[in-house]
Amino acid sequence: MNRYLTRRILLAIPTLIGLTIMIFGIMRILPGDPLGTFMTGDYFQIMTDEEINRLKADLGLDRPLILQYWDWVSDVLTGSFGRSHHRNDPIINTIRSRGLISMEIGFLAVVFSWIIGLPVGIISALKPHSFSDVSVSTTTVLFLAIPNFWLGLLIVLVTVTFWGYHPPLAGVHFWEDPWTNFQIVVWPVVVLGTSMAAIIARMARSSLFEVLREDYVRTARSKGLVERMTILRHAVPNALLPVLTLSGVMLGFALGGSVAVEVAFGTPGIGKTMVSAAWERDMNVVQSLVLLYGMTFVFVNLVVDLLYGWIDPRIRLS
Amino acid sequence: MESTLAERAAQTRMSRSADAVGNFVRRSPWHAFWGLVIIVLVAMAALAPVIAPYDPIEPNVSRMRLAPDSHNWTGTDIVGRDVTSRLIYGARASLFIAVSSVVLGTLVGGVWGLISGFVGGKIDLVSERFVEILLALPGLILAYLLVLVLGANFWTVIGALAISRVPTVVRVIRSVALSVRESMYVDAALTIGASRARIVWKHIAPQCIAPLIVLVTVDIGGVIIAEASLSYLGVGIAPPTPSWGRMLGDANPTLYPMWWLVAFPGLLITLTVLAFNLFGDGIRDALDPRLRGTT
Repeated sequence: MNRYLTRRILLAIPTLIGLTIMIFGIMRILPGDPLGTFMTGDYFQIMTDEEINRLKADLGLDRPLILQYWDWVSDVLTGSFGRSHHRNDPIINTIRSRGLISMEIGFLAVVFSWIIGLPVGIISALKPHSFSDVSVSTTTVLFLAIPNFWLGLLIVLVTVTFWGYHPPLAGVHFWEDPWTNFQIVVWPVVVLGTSMAAIIARMARSSLFEVLREDYVRTARSKGLVERMTILRHAVPNALLPVLTLSGVMLGFALGGSVAVEVAFGTPGIGKTMVSAAWERDMNVVQSLVLLYGMTFVFVNLVVDLLYGWIDPRIRLS
Repeated sequence: MESTLAERAAQTRMSRSADAVGNFVRRSPWHAFWGLVIIVLVAMAALAPVIAPYDPIEPNVSRMRLAPDSHNWTGTDIVGRDVTSRLIYGARASLFIAVSSVVLGTLVGGVWGLISGFVGGKIDLVSERFVEILLALPGLILAYLLVLVLGANFWTVIGALAISRVPTVVRVIRSVALSVRESMYVDAALTIGASRARIVWKHIAPQCIAPLIVLVTVDIGGVIIAEASLSYLGVGIAPPTPSWGRMLGDANPTLYPMWWLVAFPGLLITLTVLAFNLFGDGIRDALDPRLRGTT
């Protein structure tokens, strides 16, 4: 197990390095000049050459690219994540105040999706083509087609019209005021959780369906094991593996989708901060927050892989 | 005589594809129905100038923020544009962008995966690292970053969505190429002295066509949602060109709770994605029966 663990962790390092190079490359090399991309032509006409050069020197943009890259990476490694252009404040402060809300939403959404999706998938697989199975698959197909930020907008619309909802202005952490915190996170969790639950239910259904036809399930049944035990002890654990892998992939969709959902609800999380920073042309913030999303994604997939190896010994030994 | 033979061959081909369509409709009428919905949506996009009742771009200050009535079936927006007309024109952006980015991404990813899987060795090793890095960023965030930096227009949105699809396609096609490479008939072809290019083109590529078509049809729905999300976040095609996501972005229900501005674009996105997903399922079942019933 230890060798498997070390190998997996070591493999993640080049990916992370590549990720920083890719993000930096997209931000700096593709369009040429970040000032040009991030300030529209009008700004340039107002500024004199001297002002432009001073701004560039101020932002460190007059230095060779490789040094700029190194500056950024060392900012990330020392944990400050660079500085915001507009607030002149280490980005880590933003991540601290906003990131926890997003993390809370993401974590609860995954828990929510497993709690809803797994039983639903198991029940559908046990009674294929029954009324409940058909209604479940219809619902999951529908939820896969609904953009989750639209679901968010609908909820906002209904709450605004009937209860005078207003979007939260500042983030409140759970330990500061649990009730306000709950009000902030509950809807994003439900919206992200339902769409993930639909995918989980689909996957759990087809995976369990396959497993139920395996020899060891027949053996368990023929030796007279109670049906409930056969399913809970023999079938479900094996059916969970593909669902677990899927959760890692799905988290990518959830992370990407959470940006639009946060914007829809006005949730003060990382996604909304990133979009606002993009509007303000605060390049450093966008760059570091995108990296944060990538790091989260890589980290969670690593955890999923490790869990996978822990559950299924065949994987870690191969 | 030559020409009649050619004509006959063409006729046979035609009737064969007509048979295939007929078979598909007979075997899975439910999926074929959604194919029909797609055709209606595409026709709506193509005929937008003919069927749209009003100009989708010109504001009309005398008819602002009106709820649906007999003149404006789905209401008007905050500058008095007819929502129905904007929805009809919006289909152009959504469908065109989604289809072209999926096709582009699948082609690039397909060729890349084919080369990586068949050539193997160092090329494969390097390509796998690239794919891993591309996969390390959630697709939507990669697309968002690309459009943000390159500036939002038709082509950058298509390119960004295509790039964010490439790594997944590479993975699928590479695994197909790897498994086909080990098969007997490739060995046989090598033994009788076929060139590598011939083997890739004649023996391996055809095996990838079914998975490629499946990838295209099954994924268009997801890309429509991705395009809508980008537009919603303000990095879709530039206004005033209508797009469904942008219409949702402009709706802003906390400021102006006008239900028709939120409900209709979203309903249309859902309907379109539903149609592509269910039709795609049908195509997948028809082309690759082994996958039937999975996911």
